[in-house]
Amino acid sequence: MSLLRLTERGLYCEAGDFYVDPWEPVDRAVITHAHSDHATWGSRAYLTSAIGAGVLRARLEPGSSIRGVGYGEPVELTGTTVSLHPAGHILGSSQVRIEHRGEVWVVSGDYKTDPDPTCTPFEPVRCHTFITESTFGLPIYRWPSQAEVFQEINAWWRANAALGKTCLLLGYALGKAQRLLAGLDPTIGPILTHGAVERMTAVYREAGVGLPPTRYAGAGQSKADATGAIVIAPPGADASLWSRRFGDRSTGFASGWMIVRGARRQRSLDRGFALSDHVDWHSLLAAIEATGAGEVWVTHGFTGPVVRWLQERGVEAKAVATRFEGERAEVTETSEGELDAYAAPLV
Amino acid sequence: MKRFAGLYRALDETTSTNEKVAALVAYFAAAPPADAAWAVHFLSGRRPKRLVASGNLRRWAAAGAGIPDWLFEESYQAVGDLAETITLVLPASVGSSDLPLAQWVEERLLRLRGEDVDVQREVMAQSWRELDTHERFVWNKLITGSFRVGASQQLVTRALAEVSGVPEGVLSHRLMGSWEPTPEFFQRLMAPDTRDADASRPYPFLLAHPLEAEPATLGDPGDWIAEWKWDGIRAQLIRRAGRTFLWSRGEELLAGRFPEVEDAGALLPDGTVLDGELLPWVDGAPLPFAQLQRRIGRKTVGRKILDDVPVVLVAYDLMEEAGADIRSLPLQERRRRLAALLGTLSAGRLILSTAVPAGDWEAAAAARLSARERGAEGLMLKRLSSPYGVGRRRGDWWKWKVDPLTVDAVLIYAQAGSGKRAGLFTDYTFGIWEGSHLVPFAKAYTGLTDEEIRKVDAFVRRNTLEKFGPVRTVKPELVFELAFEGIQRSSRHKSGIAVRFPRMARWRTDKKAEEADTIETVRELLDNVSGKEQA
Repeated sequence: MSLLRLTERGLYCEAGDFYVDPWEPVDRAVITHAHSDHATWGSRAYLTSAIGAGVLRARLEPGSSIRGVGYGEPVELTGTTVSLHPAGHILGSSQVRIEHRGEVWVVSGDYKTDPDPTCTPFEPVRCHTFITESTFGLPIYRWPSQAEVFQEINAWWRANAALGKTCLLLGYALGKAQRLLAGLDPTIGPILTHGAVERMTAVYREAGVGLPPTRYAGAGQSKADATGAIVIAPPGADASLWSRRFGDRSTGFASGWMIVRGARRQRSLDRGFALSDHVDWHSLLAAIEATGAGEVWVTHGFTGPVVRWLQERGVEAKAVATRFEGERAEVTETSEGELDAYAAPLV
Repeated sequence: MKRFAGLYRALDETTSTNEKVAALVAYFAAAPPADAAWAVHFLSGRRPKRLVASGNLRRWAAAGAGIPDWLFEESYQAVGDLAETITLVLPASVGSSDLPLAQWVEERLLRLRGEDVDVQREVMAQSWRELDTHERFVWNKLITGSFRVGASQQLVTRALAEVSGVPEGVLSHRLMGSWEPTPEFFQRLMAPDTRDADASRPYPFLLAHPLEAEPATLGDPGDWIAEWKWDGIRAQLIRRAGRTFLWSRGEELLAGRFPEVEDAGALLPDGTVLDGELLPWVDGAPLPFAQLQRRIGRKTVGRKILDDVPVVLVAYDLMEEAGADIRSLPLQERRRRLAALLGTLSAGRLILSTAVPAGDWEAAAAARLSARERGAEGLMLKRLSSPYGVGRRRGDWWKWKVDPLTVDAVLIYAQAGSGKRAGLFTDYTFGIWEGSHLVPFAKAYTGLTDEEIRKVDAFVRRNTLEKFGPVRTVKPELVFELAFEGIQRSSRHKSGIAVRFPRMARWRTDKKAEEADTIETVRELLDNVSGKEQA
């Protein structure tokens, strides 16, 4: 029998009586990470990584019951042994390992294997069945090295600063924004943040992640204050009234989607930086192989091509639908980030 | 190639006009004339066609990437651009090429055409190895004939003027018509001596802006002339050095396509250039555009089609008279001379565009309402004192079209767009009711805001009933008001009806699918508006 199955509320483990990243309130939820398409409000009890507990607390309704466990630390849930392992996606992101009568399943959540100074690096976990995301599951997605991308971002900032212009750099408020902060060269100029970014950055700092000083670009910000600055803001903020205070500016967006020119042009951006918190095609295939899994469930993204690729190589694979149907345009809005970034107060 | 790819990137990475011009100036100031000539060639939208079969390119790229063909196709669906898909799937490159653009084009690109397939494959593989990612992308765009860049001809001309000191008007004229992208051409283009001439060269067309405000905002109606706005082919008829040249607005020489008009052009005195509209014309009135379509693209024109669909040039401007460029004279004067010229000829194929009598704006508005029954799209309003300018200049020429016809139709099929709209479902087919079935009625791609496109895209993904290759059948639920300019019977369409320039005027979120229009109401519309066209 299947250790996990897909129900209307999400992935359910009957043996352990818990859900992984349910999309409706349940009794027991194991949460891979705090992005809103994985961490839904209203469950009675949440289990997440110890280091990610602070981020999750900041995202759920106040008073939620959240238990944090260290990476690799086994937890008994009914008849199953559950442990969390770093997924390298954002601070505190985990893969969920579930063991029951000798059978091991791993749910990847969102993950990347590229380096990221703001979170614990991804760790391959051997298993029988691996449930993997596939946000960027096509060979067109091949990330340039992180160093190369940051060199580009800093050069763009430096050039605009020299012209007295402001750089508006868009990235999801939780995770991407902090990774960007960690890679900026603070000698170029001041670093300003949008409210949604500032809140999450404070949580990162509390968790001990070293980030350069930032200034919250709140109300009353005058134009001159932002000259030569870079402003980190969630996607969507570029179209808001809030962004007008920065005067003459160049707008960039850091996201894996930016590898495709059309995605940048759809948003009328000046620059797109291909920096993703998900695995690209080659890392995805390598990660799947490293699990040694005999069966792979593919979810969240380009499930069709990934499943077919695996099947053609003799791997038992199938696509699993999620509520957030992972096709391109929608994923642009949800999977790599959070819808609530749009609703963040702009003061 | 490095320099040209750098220019492409600079143009692509900014939305600022000044920065684009600066990038172009920097390029033209530094590039050798042979490269610059090719750059002007490509930037002005000229493209080599069908160099390598696209199916072969796909296969070679898939092989180079080590992926099966189906995965290349999946990738292409996500990217929506062949050149870019190839660039993205190929292994990261280590090379970069300092070889000049002209050499890449002349020694590799142009030689691909008609070359043995194995040779083509080897040239492509070698090129992909030698170029870095950005260069590869530009190269692939050139090879696939899809090179486009966010810099209008006007910006290119402005940059060339800045580099050479030659006035923009002279440059745009020199860039018209046909020329070979040679270093000599580029030197002639940039030459300060402006007395050059080429018998066949057309002038840049002056283009009109749509009038969105009330005509009363244009001031005194006595300062304006109103003419019918026809739906034909804009053309320039040139008679110089004893030869006749007919050019389309797309700067295509229409030699031999409209022999009756060229024959009439031979009656013009030497040194004459007319601007006008090619129209299928019988008994003083135009035939529907579909009739003209029977003539378009036909290389040889037989007796029968010439009899069925005789074409005239309705002339509305005189640009050159007795060899002198008279574009700077006021329209009133140019028109007087045009009328005098055509009056002396007995050239039945050259017709003076009628001035629509409009003493005041109310009369003009009334005339506009009768446009459709005359087979016109509306009125053109031109300022009598205006010179013949270059390009799309605001203020002197306005097109004032009649309000479009509309039908409420249901979204039934959707397909992803390409380029900027890659990966988004933006291309739709709409149906109208025939009994209890929806019969495909029109396709439309434009008219929605980005926000609406995202919503429809999400709807399509959640409500797909079937997939046929890239086309999805969707749950018939969304209703749109489609606007279009003309409506006709057609045996080539399932509904038996063809419409011209359909687009989405409004998303009728207030309407249910059952409330969309029926084939009967659309047939009534057809009978009402095109009674005359049926004749």
